[in-house]
Amino acid sequence: MNSTKTTGAEAVMKSLVAEGVDTIFGYPGGAIMPIYDALYDYVSTVNHVLVRHEQGAIHAAQGYARTSKKTGVVFATSGPGATNLITGLADALIDSTPLVCITGQVASHLLGTDAFQETDVVGISMPITKWNCQVTKAEDIPAAIAKAFYIAQSGRPGPVLIDITKDAQFEEMDFQYEKCTHIRSYRGRPRINKAHLEEAASLINNAQKPFLLIGQGIMLSNAEKELVEFVEKSGIPVASTLLGLGAFPNEHPQYVGFLGMHGDYAPNIKTNECDVLIAIGMRFDDRVTGDVSRYATQAKVVHIDIDAAELNKIIPADVGVHADAKEALTLLLDLVQEKQHTAWLQEFKDAKIVEEETLAENAKELHSDELKMDEVIKMLSEVTNGEAVVVTDVGQHQMMTARYYQYNKTKSNVTSGGLGTMGFALPAAIGAKIGVPDKPVVAIIGDGGFQMTLQELGTILQSDVDLKIIILNNRFLGMVRQWQQMFFEKRYSFTNMVSPDFVALAKSYSIEATKVEARADLKESLLEMLNHKGAYLLEVMVAKEENVFPMIPTGASVSEVRLN
Amino acid sequence: MEKTYTVSVFTENSIGMMNRVTIIFTRRHLNIDSITASESEVKGVFRYTIVLRTTRDQVDKVVKQLEKVIDVLKAFVHEESEIVHQEIAMYKMRTESLTNGDVEKVIRKHHARILTVDPTFMVIEKTGHVEETQLLLENLQPYGVLEFVRSGRVAITKPMKELRSYLEEL
Repeated sequence: MNSTKTTGAEAVMKSLVAEGVDTIFGYPGGAIMPIYDALYDYVSTVNHVLVRHEQGAIHAAQGYARTSKKTGVVFATSGPGATNLITGLADALIDSTPLVCITGQVASHLLGTDAFQETDVVGISMPITKWNCQVTKAEDIPAAIAKAFYIAQSGRPGPVLIDITKDAQFEEMDFQYEKCTHIRSYRGRPRINKAHLEEAASLINNAQKPFLLIGQGIMLSNAEKELVEFVEKSGIPVASTLLGLGAFPNEHPQYVGFLGMHGDYAPNIKTNECDVLIAIGMRFDDRVTGDVSRYATQAKVVHIDIDAAELNKIIPADVGVHADAKEALTLLLDLVQEKQHTAWLQEFKDAKIVEEETLAENAKELHSDELKMDEVIKMLSEVTNGEAVVVTDVGQHQMMTARYYQYNKTKSNVTSGGLGTMGFALPAAIGAKIGVPDKPVVAIIGDGGFQMTLQELGTILQSDVDLKIIILNNRFLGMVRQWQQMFFEKRYSFTNMVSPDFVALAKSYSIEATKVEARADLKESLLEMLNHKGAYLLEVMVAKEENVFPMIPTGASVSEVRLN
Repeated sequence: MEKTYTVSVFTENSIGMMNRVTIIFTRRHLNIDSITASESEVKGVFRYTIVLRTTRDQVDKVVKQLEKVIDVLKAFVHEESEIVHQEIAMYKMRTESLTNGDVEKVIRKHHARILTVDPTFMVIEKTGHVEETQLLLENLQPYGVLEFVRSGRVAITKPMKELRSYLEEL
């Protein structure tokens, strides 16, 4: 490639363009001003979304990455700009979301001197990034960015942070860009051990009651098609983790539900009844397993994951396969025998009926005239035909959405899983919509979480984001309240929420808004929201003290899942 | 069951590597007994030797998480029987303590050596296992030890492929 004299700041922009970046979420400030100045020359080709807080930028980049399959890019300044990224970095690391965050830093001669807006962001972010580095020379910028994209996207994806001192941004250098394709100390794609896959196939072929658990790894490796082929050939029932929702169509007859603490009854109890448990692209989070000492101890466990550190971390695997999910499924497809497990699948269906009947009984205990969260989600699922991109925050509304939205499309579920970050949904949904502008995107948020990042309504206004927002308002921090009811003798310590007039708030940002309280108006309100051109906020008043069931209390086994 | 394990970590020579390595232990609330770092036989590749007491299960998981760190080339865990290891200790004493012949006897008995003698103080050196350098300390203390310092463990493994062959695989 021809080299040309450029400043470090221009080199940042040229490097990003070389990586195919067309969208950046960010917020300017002193130490990143040279990069923002360079960005000014790219406004016609690169869409920079000005957020209202750096946490909003990084969550938006996460939403963007999760829906578009591209790497999310974030700009922030030094000091407070950089520290405001911390929650998002931790969230993206635990949920395997590829991000490249570029932070400005004080000039290199000021490093370590407590200069204005100086903070050791490389030190702070070390445990919550897949990789990070500080660049103090302009000539090192292209290689650092190339390495950052390679690391963020390959293997188990994750967030990367590059901290660039202000003098490096001003310095002149000869620009050349070469994509990174290899790092000696890092292997993105594992070499698959075929013997392990043959062992796995032998267990699967001899199983009477095999059970397949899938996670986000399916989507990260683009293995959706291979998964369907494998499932249909092997006849195995499939359940999904929270982040795996959407990887396998919920309408498929072999789909048996959502796993874990607030997951479905059938997949939880059947985990402890199956004879071979196959887990692909998931990491046995404690919200999935409950008490690990009583988790699937009767079963032979096959665990397939791209991250070797996940194998045997929580649940010992009889066969651990270190592999990319798509590659493993492609090879397994040839090794497994064609089978049907009709009677076994029927057991899941029977358990589902038990769940539905008990939950219907539970619902009778609440005032019947109040809207329930689950009926809102079911109605939304119906009117969107399970085809919207649904972004959720954290808490009861999140679990209700995971339980009752019929995810039929891949990459249609964006939520904060591992970290459980309240305030995630509004900015993440902004990014999600920008990532897939042609798809309907609906953010479902509680009244608590919405107020953690509601300043991003300003971003919706300024960038004209056609986002639909549903606030499920129960006037409580509902999930904590549920725990207080169940485990703390109803001592509702600081879980009641007094909220502003959300409709008036949205309107002050020129966002169309309505509030709905009556069941009779629900469907009409949802349709009006969905058909509206442009952003829309719908506040739905729901029962104050609805609980999410089923539930596996902390320390209990999956087979002790409670229905009330 | 808790035992002493030695973890060898081979890394690229990048800024902050020590921090990247140690936070993996910190996060699991594991206390590092000793840590040493130096360039290995391969130029540019650094070798960390970390000693800690923990369970096999924990240390195995730590090693896998160390290998996830981008600039870590390879990490290994060793039981005590799988390595040859050594520490170095230095002891500063008043030179006049030599006038009593007892200190000479202690030095001879422990096969320690005197590195330097100044009109006022002298420095004794002893290499060995912790128990050996510790015993010498205890034996010298009655005569007045002004300063004592012990290095972290350095260890060579008995059964191991050469680092170069791993590097070739990478």
